[in-house]
Amino acid sequence: MTLDRLFKIFLLGVKELRSLWADPVLIVLIVYTFTFAIYAVATGANFEVENAAVAVVDEDRSMISARLRDALIEPFFKRPVLVNANEIDEVMDAGRFVFVIEIPPKFERDLIAGRRPTVQIDVDATAMSQAGNGASYIQNIITQEVAIAFPDSSSAQPLSLVVRAKFNPNLRSAWFTAVMQVINNVTMLAVILSGAALIREREHGTIEHLLVMPVTPIEIMLAKIWANGLVIVAAATLSLIVVVERLLGVPVAGSLALFVAATVLYQFSVTALGILVATFSTSMAQFGLLVMPMLVMMNLLSGSTTPMESMPGWLQNMMQMSPSTHFVALSQAILYRGADIRIVWPEMVMLSGIASLFFLIAALRFRKSLLNDR
Amino acid sequence: MDAAIRFEGVVHRYGRTAALDGIDLAIPPGCMAGLIGPDGVGKSTLLGLAAGVTAIQQGEVTALAGDIADPSVRRTVCALVAYMPQGLGRNLYPTLSVAENLHFFGMLFGQSSAERKARIDELLEATGLSDFSGRPVGKLSGGMKQKLGICAALIHDPDLLILDEPTTGIDPLSRRQFWELIARMRRRRPAMSVVVATAYMEEAEQFDWIAAMHGGRVIATGSPAELIRSSGQQSLEGAFTALMPSAESERGQVVPPPQRVVSESKPAIEAHGLTRRFGSFTAVDHVSFSIAKGEIFGFLGSNGSGKTTTMKMLTGLLPASDGEVQLFGRPLDARDIETRKRVGYMSQSFSLYGELTVRQNLLLHGQLFAIPSERLEARIRETIDRFDLAAVADELPESLPLGIRQRLQLAVAVLHRPDILILDEPTSGVDPIARDRFWRLLIELSRADGVTIFLSTHFMNEAERCDRVSLMHDGRVLAIGSPAELKTKRGKSTLEEVFIDVLEGAGARRQADAEPMSVPASARSASRSVDARRMWAYSWRETLEIIRDPARLAFAFLGPVLLLLTFGYGISFDVEHLPFAVFDQDQSAQSRQLIESFQGSRYFTEQSAIASADEMERRLKEGELKIAIEVPSGFGKDLLRGMKPEVAVWLDGAMPFRAETARGYISGLALGYLNDAAMRKSGRDSPAYPFGIEERFRYNQAFRSVNAIVPSVIVLMLVLIPAIMTAIGIVKEKETGSISNFQSTPVRKLEFLLGKQLPYVGIAFASFLTLVMLARVVFDVPLKGSFAMLAAASLVYVVATTGFGLLVSSFVRSQVAAIFATAIIAMIPAVNFSGLLVPVSSLSGGGRLMGLSFPAAWYQPISVGVFAKGLGFAELWFNLAVLGAFGVAFIAAAAVTLRKQGA
Repeated sequence: MTLDRLFKIFLLGVKELRSLWADPVLIVLIVYTFTFAIYAVATGANFEVENAAVAVVDEDRSMISARLRDALIEPFFKRPVLVNANEIDEVMDAGRFVFVIEIPPKFERDLIAGRRPTVQIDVDATAMSQAGNGASYIQNIITQEVAIAFPDSSSAQPLSLVVRAKFNPNLRSAWFTAVMQVINNVTMLAVILSGAALIREREHGTIEHLLVMPVTPIEIMLAKIWANGLVIVAAATLSLIVVVERLLGVPVAGSLALFVAATVLYQFSVTALGILVATFSTSMAQFGLLVMPMLVMMNLLSGSTTPMESMPGWLQNMMQMSPSTHFVALSQAILYRGADIRIVWPEMVMLSGIASLFFLIAALRFRKSLLNDR
Repeated sequence: MDAAIRFEGVVHRYGRTAALDGIDLAIPPGCMAGLIGPDGVGKSTLLGLAAGVTAIQQGEVTALAGDIADPSVRRTVCALVAYMPQGLGRNLYPTLSVAENLHFFGMLFGQSSAERKARIDELLEATGLSDFSGRPVGKLSGGMKQKLGICAALIHDPDLLILDEPTTGIDPLSRRQFWELIARMRRRRPAMSVVVATAYMEEAEQFDWIAAMHGGRVIATGSPAELIRSSGQQSLEGAFTALMPSAESERGQVVPPPQRVVSESKPAIEAHGLTRRFGSFTAVDHVSFSIAKGEIFGFLGSNGSGKTTTMKMLTGLLPASDGEVQLFGRPLDARDIETRKRVGYMSQSFSLYGELTVRQNLLLHGQLFAIPSERLEARIRETIDRFDLAAVADELPESLPLGIRQRLQLAVAVLHRPDILILDEPTSGVDPIARDRFWRLLIELSRADGVTIFLSTHFMNEAERCDRVSLMHDGRVLAIGSPAELKTKRGKSTLEEVFIDVLEGAGARRQADAEPMSVPASARSASRSVDARRMWAYSWRETLEIIRDPARLAFAFLGPVLLLLTFGYGISFDVEHLPFAVFDQDQSAQSRQLIESFQGSRYFTEQSAIASADEMERRLKEGELKIAIEVPSGFGKDLLRGMKPEVAVWLDGAMPFRAETARGYISGLALGYLNDAAMRKSGRDSPAYPFGIEERFRYNQAFRSVNAIVPSVIVLMLVLIPAIMTAIGIVKEKETGSISNFQSTPVRKLEFLLGKQLPYVGIAFASFLTLVMLARVVFDVPLKGSFAMLAAASLVYVVATTGFGLLVSSFVRSQVAAIFATAIIAMIPAVNFSGLLVPVSSLSGGGRLMGLSFPAAWYQPISVGVFAKGLGFAELWFNLAVLGAFGVAFIAAAAVTLRKQGA
């Protein structure tokens, strides 16, 4: 590639930046996405059991039942609310509580007498992300409290099992959500910005003008990619440093430079995807309808929300085609586990491969799809 | 009534520039009145004000004796006025057929179907469009579109007809037919006032009354004869030039000096049997010509005859289906960058960057054509001078009048000094003075610089200046030669007559001369309340447009289905198959027993054993292992001695949810192991704890993710897809210009909004039904509650979500922004804060607020409640009420944001 071509790509990219700058609504939305939106999601929506709403039906009213109630503490649980046994269905139906703990009458007496009384935990199993973990929390708490109150009652444990979490010792989900939200927003912005910019050029006829100038489709596409990419990578990096690291206090384990390099690669693949989708849609309305489900899929199934291993095999294979899957794996490795290039290179190779593939198909379709409609 | 339209002290500004600067004007009723003046003097603004399409900033405007500033008066007047905006068919709907467009306009004025049919038949007959009534408007030629525009304007028997440059870009034959049509309409209804803005002086000469404008002011009024007399000129064109302030009238006949005979060289442009087919339609049919270097070649022809297609093939923008193009004796290669540098192209519509200033546009093009930077600056300065762009050099083209934009386009096209210029209707919509200036430039380029110019035009006086012209019709070139030759050959005195003669000879249709019969005037009522018929007009039209775009309809249905399928299978909180490995430093029977309890579990999948602490660290870091179990040496011995050995389990905390779940599993397994150990030791079942805990997973006993996920995904789908569909709706009309139908007719905001919303509510509801079916049949998710309740709530929900789309659409300016805003504003709360991933009861802070201020979080309890919990109206009425309130609020906000009048 000659210097001359690089210069043209540079010029077209500058034009792209000017267009973006001329649209204040877009700027406001970009800023919003990388600041408030990330902060709100990271602090508001937690996967960890936090502030879980819990109610207690205490039919024992004994020392131990009071002890159990008091043991359900913040930040894991909201202050437990006492309800009557006949209200259980009502409050759970209304979704007011995820957990209702029923302590039976004579619990304490039966316990001392060794009659093995049973505590019942009602779990709203439609709250999938908290139901399982919260229930095991409550179990642990009850076990502990009983063990403390009646040290002799439990048989001595022959071994101690120490479970520690590496890379995020307190298992704070805000750490996770914040970074994943940055990634999701990079995807969303890159695909929409590049694809919509192309459709706008076509609807306004400017692309036709470009194509009679000494500029090739490859140059036009590369210009769009670097310009939109610059904005998004810069916004994402800033957001990571200011919002995620500073404001949310998430420690970043690995090298930020490596992460930025990976983001550049990722962003190349998603902008190429945006252009590719744009070559398949004849109008902005079609583009919107095509892009929306794709974004939701790339967002929710990339492993950034639910674990990749729990998806069925065919879907895991399918998601290998999505650049977001690789980028999520790679960012988790770099940002949490402090992985270096020796560890993440396979992901980076995959990303480059996918990016090149999207770019290639888009380049092949570019001229034809833009000009064939009269 | 002494005036059809009266303006008093009207001032109108766009930013800092005053488009109208104190207009006092009374346009006489019952006649043909014309507005003439150069580009950008405010003609369109004035007409927009009179039609009620543009909001009045200062002064008073009365149309048909009604005060336009008063909304209720405006509504009454609207029903009596017809407005046809500038641009070919800008207010028509390209995917709808001719008849459907007319039905739509009839419905807007509340006509019954019988009345509409009678009127449409009559109008189509009178305009000669009857044979085309089923053809989509997008496939009509420009002349036919304008005739259809007139039909649409006349459908409600207006008392005042406002036409903004109706014949711009129309070929001479169609233009003549157009004015004949107007004349016949006026014979039928003599009281009708017609106000026309035009750039054609020969047309204006036929009017009864003319107002000449300049610089935002009216400089002369009167009949054409009076104006010509008072200026002492021969024609109105002369009078017009004389009326303009001196600086604007560097006048004199524009006659090119004779072409230098170039003896040498091959032709600059040569086409042999050039053909282009679109499907079964042949747009260009074996066209051949040869153009010499330095020649000005005029490419004439009727609208839709294939001129633009031919020009696109000459530039390589369109590949030819057949035939060959040679430039400078070499076959055209669309990918050859060197050839592109020798060609300058100007497309019919403005195709430069609106967001770059005039200077920036020139700079960008210069740089892209690789003009050396040391020469570029001088070149740009010279070009700006030559094209008289200095005054606007730092302005954005979007704010400039059409004529100046055309000049900029030409400036850009010649900046790199091409050898060939291909110009597609470069002077369309440009006023006579600017056109003359434009031509002086062209002549200079041709005669002085030897540039070959290939241009299309509908102005016959421009054609006269060409060295040679060709006449094209129906994809074929019918005649070619110098203007003089053609006139002699056909025995006609003007080129216009030649044109019409050739076209009619080729079978171009003469329109029917039948006088229109009279259909009884419809009862005109601009009722105060929301009128169901007008609302239905928009619904009906929107539905037709959706049906005509099957790809969009398919996406709208398939997208959610596909997502439900993938998410139903894909989003799962069931953590399984966690890869784990053991770092067993003990290798005793006891350690193996401990490990066995992990191996048997479906939650864990064992990987090869770990050999060293470093390896453990590395494999966790790589993400290969999610769990590592470290058994210390001496574990077995210590266990037997009762010394409570410590087993360390390492979790990958990078994904907290997974780690948390894994922790729960591990303690469960450990408990099981302890029980087993105790049993082995004592030989009897001795529970580790003195009490039991019984967990009851309610609503979803099997703890199947899918039972909870599917109802939540339905929540997501019914907000994202309907919102994105409606979000395009209004802003698209703003971009294409058809919004003027809403602005200039008695349609109310609510009728417009609800009308546009209805079809999407229908689609979204149908989508809901498919999703529920899928949930039942494919995923076997039980529907415990009442389906009627779910359906009712979903209907209210999609009304709210489509209402949200409408709201976005009414405040953004571009479709890009609409897509962007909808995706960002809707996706974040819908995905994160609606209860899909995290129960709403555990949201906190900003997230909770964001969740609760979006309908998804209110619908989720209904969807999940009815599906999983079997709840009904008694438990869910409050959520339903909130959803209803969202719907009302969104639509109300959209109605407030939507402007019935433009700025």
